[in-house]
Amino acid sequence: MSYLPYALAVWLFVVGLYGVVTSRHLIHLTVCLMVMQSSSYVLLLSIGYVDRGTAPIFADVPKGTRAVDPVVQALTLTDVVVSVAVAALLLAVAMQVRRRHGSADPEQLSAVKG
Amino acid sequence: MSRRSRLSLFGVSAAGLTALLLWGIAGLPDFGHYRGPYGYALNAVAPTERHVTNVVTATTFDYRGFDTLGEAFILFAAALGVALLLREERAESHSLDHGVRSDAVKLVGLALLPVLLVLGLQVVAHGFITPGGGFQGGVVLASAFALVWLAGRYRAFRRLTPTPAVDFAKGVGAGGYAVVGVVALLLGTSYLQNFGPLGTAGTLASGGSIVLLNLATALEVSAAFVLIFTEYVEELALVPRETRL
Repeated sequence: MSYLPYALAVWLFVVGLYGVVTSRHLIHLTVCLMVMQSSSYVLLLSIGYVDRGTAPIFADVPKGTRAVDPVVQALTLTDVVVSVAVAALLLAVAMQVRRRHGSADPEQLSAVKG
Repeated sequence: MSRRSRLSLFGVSAAGLTALLLWGIAGLPDFGHYRGPYGYALNAVAPTERHVTNVVTATTFDYRGFDTLGEAFILFAAALGVALLLREERAESHSLDHGVRSDAVKLVGLALLPVLLVLGLQVVAHGFITPGGGFQGGVVLASAFALVWLAGRYRAFRRLTPTPAVDFAKGVGAGGYAVVGVVALLLGTSYLQNFGPLGTAGTLASGGSIVLLNLATALEVSAAFVLIFTEYVEELALVPRETRL
Protein backbone atom coordinates (compact mmCIF):
# COMPACT_ATOMS: atom_id res chain seq x y z
CA MET A 1 0.00 0.00 0.00
CA SER A 2 3.01 2.27 0.26
CA TYR A 3 2.57 3.50 -3.32
CA LEU A 4 -1.08 4.48 -2.88
CA PRO A 5 -0.48 8.27 -2.54
CA TYR A 6 1.55 8.28 -5.77
CA ALA A 7 -1.14 6.26 -7.51
CA LEU A 8 -3.70 8.81 -6.31
CA ALA A 9 -1.66 11.57 -7.99
CA VAL A 10 -1.63 9.57 -11.25
CA TRP A 11 -5.39 9.01 -10.98
CA LEU A 12 -6.09 12.73 -10.40
CA PHE A 13 -3.92 13.67 -13.38
CA VAL A 14 -5.49 11.20 -15.80
CA VAL A 15 -9.06 11.85 -14.65
CA GLY A 16 -8.50 15.61 -14.99
CA LEU A 17 -7.07 15.08 -18.46
CA TYR A 18 -10.16 13.04 -19.40
CA GLY A 19 -12.29 15.99 -18.26
CA VAL A 20 -10.25 18.43 -20.33
CA VAL A 21 -10.49 16.27 -23.47
CA THR A 22 -14.25 15.68 -23.21
CA SER A 23 -15.16 19.11 -21.86
CA ARG A 24 -18.20 20.85 -23.34
CA HIS A 25 -17.79 24.13 -21.47
CA LEU A 26 -14.76 26.37 -20.87
CA ILE A 27 -15.51 26.82 -17.14
CA HIS A 28 -15.75 23.04 -16.75
CA LEU A 29 -12.45 22.81 -18.63
CA THR A 30 -10.78 25.21 -16.17
CA VAL A 31 -12.00 23.18 -13.21
CA CYS A 32 -10.66 19.98 -14.82
CA LEU A 33 -7.32 21.69 -15.29
CA MET A 34 -7.29 22.49 -11.56
CA VAL A 35 -8.00 18.82 -10.81
CA MET A 36 -4.97 17.94 -12.94
CA GLN A 37 -2.89 20.50 -11.07
CA SER A 38 -3.97 19.15 -7.69
CA SER A 39 -2.25 15.89 -8.62
CA SER A 40 1.03 17.81 -8.39
CA TYR A 41 0.26 18.79 -4.77
CA VAL A 42 -0.46 15.18 -3.82
CA LEU A 43 2.68 13.93 -5.56
CA LEU A 44 4.99 16.60 -4.08
CA LEU A 45 3.69 16.25 -0.54
CA SER A 46 3.72 12.46 -0.57
CA ILE A 47 7.28 12.32 -1.92
CA GLY A 48 8.48 14.51 0.96
CA TYR A 49 6.66 12.62 3.69
CA VAL A 50 8.77 10.90 6.32
CA ASP A 51 7.33 8.16 8.56
CA ARG A 52 6.30 9.64 11.94
CA GLY A 53 7.79 12.98 10.88
CA THR A 54 6.38 16.23 12.21
CA ALA A 55 5.88 19.48 10.25
CA PRO A 56 9.22 21.22 9.52
CA ILE A 57 8.40 23.95 12.05
CA PHE A 58 10.58 23.94 15.14
CA ALA A 59 8.68 26.47 17.24
CA ASP A 60 7.29 23.98 19.75
CA VAL A 61 9.52 20.97 19.17
CA PRO A 62 13.30 20.85 19.72
CA LYS A 63 15.67 21.26 16.78
CA GLY A 64 16.62 17.97 15.24
CA THR A 65 13.16 16.41 15.64
CA ARG A 66 12.40 14.13 12.71
CA ALA A 67 10.47 16.32 10.25
CA VAL A 68 9.17 16.02 6.69
CA ASP A 69 10.87 17.71 3.72
CA PRO A 70 10.35 21.51 3.73
CA VAL A 71 11.35 21.98 0.07
CA VAL A 72 8.36 20.18 -1.46
CA GLN A 73 6.08 21.94 1.02
CA ALA A 74 7.40 25.33 -0.11
CA LEU A 75 6.87 24.26 -3.74
CA THR A 76 3.29 23.14 -3.04
CA LEU A 77 2.52 26.37 -1.22
CA THR A 78 3.47 28.58 -4.16
CA ASP A 79 1.87 26.07 -6.54
CA VAL A 80 -1.52 26.47 -4.82
CA VAL A 81 -1.46 30.27 -4.89
CA VAL A 82 -0.30 30.47 -8.49
CA SER A 83 -2.84 27.88 -9.65
CA VAL A 84 -5.69 29.98 -8.24
CA ALA A 85 -4.39 33.09 -10.00
CA VAL A 86 -4.03 31.18 -13.28
CA ALA A 87 -7.57 29.78 -12.87
CA ALA A 88 -8.83 33.37 -12.48
CA LEU A 89 -7.04 34.29 -15.71
CA LEU A 90 -8.53 31.30 -17.56
CA LEU A 91 -12.04 32.13 -16.31
CA ALA A 92 -11.58 35.70 -17.58
CA VAL A 93 -10.60 34.26 -20.98
CA ALA A 94 -13.68 32.01 -20.87
CA MET A 95 -15.90 35.03 -20.18
CA GLN A 96 -14.42 36.96 -23.10
CA VAL A 97 -14.82 33.99 -25.44
CA ARG A 98 -18.47 33.64 -24.42
CA ARG A 99 -19.01 37.35 -24.95
CA ARG A 100 -17.37 37.50 -28.35
CA HIS A 101 -18.48 34.20 -29.88
CA GLY A 102 -21.74 33.54 -28.07
CA SER A 103 -20.64 30.12 -26.88
CA ALA A 104 -18.34 28.65 -24.27
CA ASP A 105 -18.39 25.14 -25.76
CA PRO A 106 -14.95 24.30 -27.20
CA GLU A 107 -16.65 22.18 -29.89
CA GLN A 108 -18.50 25.22 -31.20
CA LEU A 109 -15.34 27.26 -31.29
CA SER A 110 -13.56 25.12 -33.88
CA ALA A 111 -14.22 27.72 -36.58
CA VAL A 112 -13.17 30.77 -34.55
CA LYS A 113 -12.34 33.71 -36.73
CA GLY A 114 -8.91 35.18 -36.20
CA MET B 1 -12.27 15.26 -35.55
CA SER B 2 -15.44 13.53 -34.43
CA ARG B 3 -16.16 13.08 -30.75
CA ARG B 4 -15.99 9.32 -30.96
CA SER B 5 -12.60 9.21 -32.69
CA ARG B 6 -11.22 11.79 -30.27
CA LEU B 7 -12.35 9.71 -27.32
CA SER B 8 -10.78 6.54 -28.69
CA LEU B 9 -7.55 8.41 -29.39
CA PHE B 10 -7.63 9.70 -25.82
CA GLY B 11 -8.33 6.20 -24.48
CA VAL B 12 -5.26 4.76 -26.19
CA SER B 13 -2.93 7.60 -25.22
CA ALA B 14 -4.28 7.83 -21.64
CA ALA B 15 -3.66 4.10 -21.17
CA GLY B 16 -0.10 4.62 -22.40
CA LEU B 17 0.39 7.66 -20.19
CA THR B 18 -1.00 5.86 -17.13
CA ALA B 19 1.32 2.91 -17.73
CA LEU B 20 4.31 5.26 -18.03
CA LEU B 21 3.37 7.16 -14.86
CA LEU B 22 2.82 3.93 -12.88
CA TRP B 23 6.18 2.66 -14.13
CA GLY B 24 7.68 5.96 -12.97
CA ILE B 25 6.23 5.84 -9.46
CA ALA B 26 7.37 2.24 -9.07
CA GLY B 27 10.90 3.67 -9.03
CA LEU B 28 10.12 6.18 -6.27
CA PRO B 29 11.10 5.43 -2.68
CA ASP B 30 8.28 3.91 -0.57
CA PHE B 31 5.80 6.40 0.91
CA GLY B 32 7.29 7.67 4.17
CA HIS B 33 10.85 6.70 3.24
CA TYR B 34 12.00 10.00 1.77
CA ARG B 35 15.65 9.81 0.74
CA GLY B 36 16.52 13.26 -0.58
CA PRO B 37 19.33 14.83 1.46
CA TYR B 38 18.37 18.44 0.66
CA GLY B 39 15.28 18.64 2.88
CA TYR B 40 17.04 16.91 5.77
CA ALA B 41 19.96 19.33 5.42
CA LEU B 42 17.63 22.34 5.49
CA ASN B 43 15.81 21.03 8.57
CA ALA B 44 19.15 20.58 10.28
CA VAL B 45 20.77 23.92 9.41
CA ALA B 46 17.95 26.46 8.92
CA PRO B 47 16.95 26.98 12.58
CA THR B 48 20.53 27.67 13.67
CA GLU B 49 21.79 29.34 10.50
CA ARG B 50 18.85 31.71 9.95
CA HIS B 51 17.26 31.87 13.41
CA VAL B 52 13.81 30.98 12.03
CA THR B 53 11.63 28.18 13.34
CA ASN B 54 9.46 27.70 10.23
CA VAL B 55 11.76 25.97 7.76
CA VAL B 56 9.12 26.08 4.98
CA THR B 57 9.19 29.89 5.08
CA ALA B 58 12.98 29.85 5.26
CA THR B 59 12.99 27.69 2.11
CA THR B 60 10.49 29.91 0.32
CA PHE B 61 12.06 33.27 1.11
CA ASP B 62 15.70 32.41 1.63
CA TYR B 63 17.20 29.17 0.36
CA ARG B 64 14.91 29.06 -2.70
CA GLY B 65 14.10 32.79 -2.67
CA PHE B 66 14.94 33.11 -6.34
CA ASP B 67 12.21 30.62 -7.30
CA THR B 68 9.70 32.59 -5.24
CA LEU B 69 10.63 35.72 -7.20
CA GLY B 70 9.43 33.85 -10.28
CA GLU B 71 6.22 32.78 -8.51
CA ALA B 72 5.54 36.36 -7.41
CA PHE B 73 5.81 37.52 -11.00
CA ILE B 74 3.59 34.71 -12.32
CA LEU B 75 0.96 35.96 -9.88
CA PHE B 76 1.62 39.55 -10.98
CA ALA B 77 1.22 38.63 -14.66
CA ALA B 78 -1.92 36.54 -14.06
CA ALA B 79 -3.66 39.35 -12.14
CA LEU B 80 -2.59 41.81 -14.85
CA GLY B 81 -4.06 39.49 -17.48
CA VAL B 82 -7.41 39.29 -15.66
CA ALA B 83 -7.52 43.10 -15.44
CA LEU B 84 -6.62 43.50 -19.13
CA LEU B 85 -9.22 40.98 -20.28
CA LEU B 86 -12.10 42.26 -18.16
CA ARG B 87 -11.50 46.00 -17.77
CA GLU B 88 -11.78 47.24 -21.33
CA GLU B 89 -15.45 46.67 -22.07
CA ARG B 90 -17.12 48.22 -19.08
CA ALA B 91 -18.89 51.53 -18.91
CA GLU B 92 -18.27 53.02 -15.48
CA SER B 93 -21.50 55.06 -15.60
CA HIS B 94 -23.94 52.15 -15.51
CA SER B 95 -23.40 51.36 -11.86
CA LEU B 96 -25.91 48.94 -10.40
CA ASP B 97 -25.64 47.71 -6.87
CA HIS B 98 -25.80 43.93 -7.06
CA GLY B 99 -24.76 43.42 -3.46
CA VAL B 100 -25.92 40.47 -1.40
CA ARG B 101 -29.30 41.25 0.20
CA SER B 102 -29.62 38.54 2.89
CA ASP B 103 -29.40 39.97 6.40
CA ALA B 104 -27.90 36.76 7.78
CA VAL B 105 -25.02 36.92 5.27
CA LYS B 106 -24.43 40.59 6.10
CA LEU B 107 -24.36 39.94 9.86
CA VAL B 108 -22.01 36.96 9.66
CA GLY B 109 -19.84 38.86 7.18
CA LEU B 110 -19.54 41.88 9.46
CA ALA B 111 -18.76 39.67 12.44
CA LEU B 112 -16.08 37.78 10.50
CA LEU B 113 -14.46 40.87 8.96
CA PRO B 114 -12.32 41.96 11.95
CA VAL B 115 -11.50 38.32 12.75
CA LEU B 116 -10.21 37.70 9.23
CA LEU B 117 -8.21 40.94 9.17
CA VAL B 118 -6.46 40.12 12.45
CA LEU B 119 -5.96 36.48 11.44
CA GLY B 120 -4.45 37.55 8.11
CA LEU B 121 -2.04 40.01 9.73
CA GLN B 122 -1.12 37.43 12.36
CA VAL B 123 -0.43 34.73 9.75
CA VAL B 124 1.75 37.17 7.79
CA ALA B 125 3.64 38.58 10.77
CA HIS B 126 4.46 35.21 12.36
CA GLY B 127 5.16 33.55 9.01
CA PHE B 128 8.74 32.61 9.87
CA ILE B 129 7.91 31.39 13.39
CA THR B 130 4.68 29.36 13.20
CA PRO B 131 2.79 27.94 10.17
CA GLY B 132 1.97 30.77 7.79
CA GLY B 133 3.75 33.37 5.72
CA GLY B 134 3.20 35.98 3.06
CA PHE B 135 1.34 33.73 0.61
CA GLN B 136 -1.14 32.28 3.10
CA GLY B 137 -1.66 35.50 5.06
CA GLY B 138 -2.01 37.53 1.87
CA VAL B 139 -4.87 35.32 0.68
CA VAL B 140 -6.61 35.61 4.08
CA LEU B 141 -6.27 39.42 3.97
CA ALA B 142 -7.68 39.53 0.44
CA SER B 143 -10.69 37.47 1.55
CA ALA B 144 -11.30 40.01 4.34
CA PHE B 145 -11.69 42.64 1.60
CA ALA B 146 -14.03 40.30 -0.25
CA LEU B 147 -16.18 40.18 2.89
CA VAL B 148 -16.62 43.96 2.68
CA TRP B 149 -18.44 43.42 -0.60
CA LEU B 150 -20.40 40.47 0.74
CA ALA B 151 -21.43 42.17 3.99
CA GLY B 152 -21.68 45.73 2.76
CA ARG B 153 -22.27 47.14 -0.67
CA TYR B 154 -20.40 47.34 -3.91
CA ARG B 155 -19.71 51.07 -3.39
CA ALA B 156 -18.23 50.48 0.08
CA PHE B 157 -15.97 47.78 -1.37
CA ARG B 158 -14.81 50.05 -4.18
CA ARG B 159 -14.19 52.98 -1.82
CA LEU B 160 -12.00 50.73 0.29
CA THR B 161 -10.09 49.34 -2.70
CA PRO B 162 -9.55 52.18 -5.20
CA THR B 163 -7.98 50.72 -8.35
CA PRO B 164 -4.88 53.00 -8.36
CA ALA B 165 -4.08 52.06 -4.74
CA VAL B 166 -4.49 48.31 -5.41
CA ASP B 167 -2.40 48.52 -8.59
CA PHE B 168 0.24 50.48 -6.68
CA ALA B 169 0.34 47.98 -3.79
CA LYS B 170 0.65 45.12 -6.27
CA GLY B 171 3.56 46.82 -8.03
CA VAL B 172 5.29 47.70 -4.74
CA GLY B 173 4.91 44.10 -3.54
CA ALA B 174 6.40 42.50 -6.65
CA GLY B 175 8.97 45.26 -7.16
CA GLY B 176 9.91 45.30 -3.48
CA TYR B 177 10.78 41.59 -3.64
CA ALA B 178 13.18 42.25 -6.53
CA VAL B 179 14.61 45.34 -4.77
CA VAL B 180 15.44 43.34 -1.60
CA GLY B 181 17.52 41.09 -3.87
CA VAL B 182 19.30 44.11 -5.34
CA VAL B 183 20.06 45.41 -1.83
CA ALA B 184 21.79 42.09 -1.13
CA LEU B 185 23.85 42.65 -4.31
CA LEU B 186 24.80 46.18 -3.18
CA LEU B 187 25.94 44.72 0.16
CA GLY B 188 28.41 42.62 -1.80
CA THR B 189 26.64 39.23 -1.52
CA SER B 190 24.68 37.19 -4.06
CA TYR B 191 21.26 38.18 -5.36
CA LEU B 192 18.58 37.50 -2.69
CA GLN B 193 21.20 36.33 -0.20
CA ASN B 194 19.91 36.83 3.34
CA PHE B 195 21.17 39.99 5.01
CA GLY B 196 20.27 41.99 8.10
CA PRO B 197 20.39 41.12 11.79
CA LEU B 198 19.27 37.54 12.42
CA GLY B 199 17.85 38.28 15.89
CA THR B 200 16.52 35.70 18.33
CA ALA B 201 14.80 32.63 16.93
CA GLY B 202 11.11 32.40 17.82
CA THR B 203 10.57 36.16 18.11
CA LEU B 204 9.22 38.64 15.56
CA ALA B 205 12.71 40.16 15.31
CA SER B 206 14.41 37.22 13.61
CA GLY B 207 15.30 35.90 10.19
CA GLY B 208 17.07 38.89 8.63
CA SER B 209 15.74 39.82 5.19
CA ILE B 210 13.20 36.95 5.30
CA VAL B 211 10.98 39.48 7.13
CA LEU B 212 11.17 41.95 4.22
CA LEU B 213 10.53 39.31 1.54
CA ASN B 214 7.65 37.95 3.61
CA LEU B 215 6.02 41.40 3.81
CA ALA B 216 6.60 42.14 0.10
CA THR B 217 4.98 38.82 -0.82
CA ALA B 218 2.03 39.44 1.52
CA LEU B 219 1.44 42.83 -0.13
CA GLU B 220 1.75 41.37 -3.63
CA VAL B 221 -0.53 38.37 -2.95
CA SER B 222 -3.25 40.33 -1.15
CA ALA B 223 -3.24 43.13 -3.75
CA ALA B 224 -3.28 40.64 -6.64
CA PHE B 225 -6.25 38.76 -5.19
CA VAL B 226 -8.13 41.96 -4.31
CA LEU B 227 -7.54 43.09 -7.91
CA ILE B 228 -8.80 39.78 -9.35
CA PHE B 229 -11.79 39.89 -7.03
CA THR B 230 -12.54 43.53 -7.94
CA GLU B 231 -12.57 42.69 -11.64
CA TYR B 232 -15.08 39.87 -11.14
CA VAL B 233 -17.27 41.94 -8.80
CA GLU B 234 -17.33 44.73 -11.38
CA GLU B 235 -18.52 42.20 -13.94
CA LEU B 236 -21.58 41.75 -11.71
CA ALA B 237 -22.07 45.37 -10.77
CA LEU B 238 -21.42 47.18 -14.03
CA VAL B 239 -23.16 46.56 -17.33
CA PRO B 240 -20.78 46.23 -20.28
CA ARG B 241 -21.17 48.56 -23.24
CA GLU B 242 -22.44 45.77 -25.46
CA THR B 243 -25.61 43.95 -24.51
CA ARG B 244 -25.15 41.12 -22.09
CA LEU B 245 -25.34 37.63 -23.53
